[in-house]
Amino acid sequence: MLCIEFNRPTRRQLVTALNPHRPFIHAHHPTRGNAPMLQTAPPNADLAGRESEFDVELRKVFKVFNGETAVRGVEFGIRRGEFFSILGPSGCGKTTTLRLIGGFEMPSAGEVLIRGQSMTQVPAYRRPVNTVFQSYALFDHMNVRENIGFGLRLKKLGKAEIQSSVDEVLELVKLEPLATRFPKQLSGGQRQRVALARALVNRPAVLLLDEPLGALDLKLRKQMQYELSSLHQNLGVTFVMVTHDQEEALSMSDRIAVMRDGRIEQIGTPQEIYDAPKTPFIADFIGDTNLFEGHVDQCDATSLIIHTNAGLELRVERPEVTEGGRLDRGSAVVVSVRPEKIDLHLYPAETTTNTFEGRLTHTMYLGTHIQFTIELLSGAVLTVRQPSNMAEHPAINTPVFVSWSPTHCLALAAR
Amino acid sequence: MAVSSPPPKSDLQSSEPRPLSRWVGPLVLLGPSGLWLLFLLVLPVLVIFELSLVPNIRPGDVVNPSSLANYWLTFNPINLNVIVRSVGLAVSTTLLCLALGFPVAYWIAILAPARHRNLLLLGFILPLWTSSLLRTYAWITILRPTGVLNSVLGSIGIPPLEILNTTTAVTIGMSYSFLPYMVLILYSSLEKLDTSLLEASADLGAAPLQTFWKITVPQSLPGIAAGSLLVFISSLGDFIDPELLGGASSMTAARLIYNQFLGQTQNWGFGSALSMILILAVSIAIALLLKYGDRDAHR
Repeated sequence: MLCIEFNRPTRRQLVTALNPHRPFIHAHHPTRGNAPMLQTAPPNADLAGRESEFDVELRKVFKVFNGETAVRGVEFGIRRGEFFSILGPSGCGKTTTLRLIGGFEMPSAGEVLIRGQSMTQVPAYRRPVNTVFQSYALFDHMNVRENIGFGLRLKKLGKAEIQSSVDEVLELVKLEPLATRFPKQLSGGQRQRVALARALVNRPAVLLLDEPLGALDLKLRKQMQYELSSLHQNLGVTFVMVTHDQEEALSMSDRIAVMRDGRIEQIGTPQEIYDAPKTPFIADFIGDTNLFEGHVDQCDATSLIIHTNAGLELRVERPEVTEGGRLDRGSAVVVSVRPEKIDLHLYPAETTTNTFEGRLTHTMYLGTHIQFTIELLSGAVLTVRQPSNMAEHPAINTPVFVSWSPTHCLALAAR
Repeated sequence: MAVSSPPPKSDLQSSEPRPLSRWVGPLVLLGPSGLWLLFLLVLPVLVIFELSLVPNIRPGDVVNPSSLANYWLTFNPINLNVIVRSVGLAVSTTLLCLALGFPVAYWIAILAPARHRNLLLLGFILPLWTSSLLRTYAWITILRPTGVLNSVLGSIGIPPLEILNTTTAVTIGMSYSFLPYMVLILYSSLEKLDTSLLEASADLGAAPLQTFWKITVPQSLPGIAAGSLLVFISSLGDFIDPELLGGASSMTAARLIYNQFLGQTQNWGFGSALSMILILAVSIAIALLLKYGDRDAHR
């Protein structure tokens, strides 16, 4: 009961929050654009004293289905107003994690807290969260207006109040002309907006989005990405989104949790995840990269010399501490180099550091960039990306030279 | 309806099939059942219609359709009473089947483990494999004054109930006979229910019972309508249960019709008129279902 009361908006709150033109809402938005402060929260340290900081908190949560463990000890805290994404390949437990927050699954072990209150055994219908389902799950026996007003009617709000709240949110998602249509008469993008409006009208503490854009075509998806982002900025509601699309996660999120095999592999800002992946899996999963397996041959104060299994000698700037502990002589490592960090020349470069000769085997024109596939003399195959306005295009099968700075690649402890 | 659609075209032939070949496929497919329907349904109904227009006909008489007197006889208070009782029995049987069948269908379709569903359904349909006469006699041994029910009640100190030869016994017997049909139809409707709708409802704050009334029931309305109609029609036309369990006090339209043809009364014309009225009532119910039963059809 408490949660429902807590969740019920007053008329004024709703107006201020749903009105995108009120400037102070932007000022209240806590996290966007402050990348340096978004360090991964240490999950166990001094939580008791700062509970209210988190809108959602998972503590050592496990979920077992018929002997199969889908979620293994996941813990994180999602700050108020944050756009938090859970990213991972299919079957990694990300949707189960979201369902644990929504109350559609109960954890086998561990605790789920929403706004500091334990929700571990609270059923979905008494949690102050709302969900945008992957299939949208619109009620096809109700029209758009009835769908959106469903939650408010359950809260026994007055007719006039429901009417005006629904009107506002219809305007917010630009659906006013379709208010009396039925879901079957709407396009995919329109249904998506109804699902969004139906959740947002309840002013949830947290909005859960389960692959919200997965069913839309590319162009519509880009547009909805933008609209979701601006909705989030204007409303200041905490968004938790599950997606398998790393580009979507990178472009929309304040922070991303990358999951694999039921565990969280890394939590960080999009930039941290992209530029400083903690494991070879993340380096590979987020964006495109070239990976070289090898071992540390020499190490000094500033850099490592790594011999790859393919016989290359790479110089890599020494990482401070990695997931697998310090990298020392003999440690097995994976070196990751992003395609856009590699320089491509037609003639040997002046330096010999991380410079290799190869043969251009394939060219792909990507609009803003050109992607080259290069087979090095050692047999290793590299992907290199250059702006499409580069001066000279090498021809297929011509010898080329690639090089990159030791600061532009990462050595990651191999598992 | 299917006759008007052309048979599949062969690429080897010209795109316009010859008129004859256009009819071969539908004829082969629909011919046997068409003949069956013609001789065993359409013609008999026409014969009954003709008989219904002949007053005071007896076996051996020359048929001379001349008046609507048999139909007026239906509105005689005694006969009207029988029809009202029949409809009442059919309605109460339908409601009982719905009340008993919905939870079962819901449980099998949504809550039970998916791999057991077919077995559970089979278990529910098994009674259909025995003769309906046998099942009705079984109810007699249960419900009669010295039957199983009363000896069980007696052993725990409850005075015996007089159920046999009442409309209650008829309702029990018919519900037992038609419940499997109701469960099957409701199951096929609930099985298609998108469970994410139930989750969405809970997500928006609906307690389980609210979700049931606001989402599950409206979503399965076509199945509820189809199942109810089937049970209603079957109960309205049922003869065995009222005859064996109902006794003298629960005369129904079906028994009345039986009496006009094979019983003591022997009035074929009146029996035919009653039959026509039943057929008309059922046809109207089916037409209404076809028109309004499918939610998508009228949107």
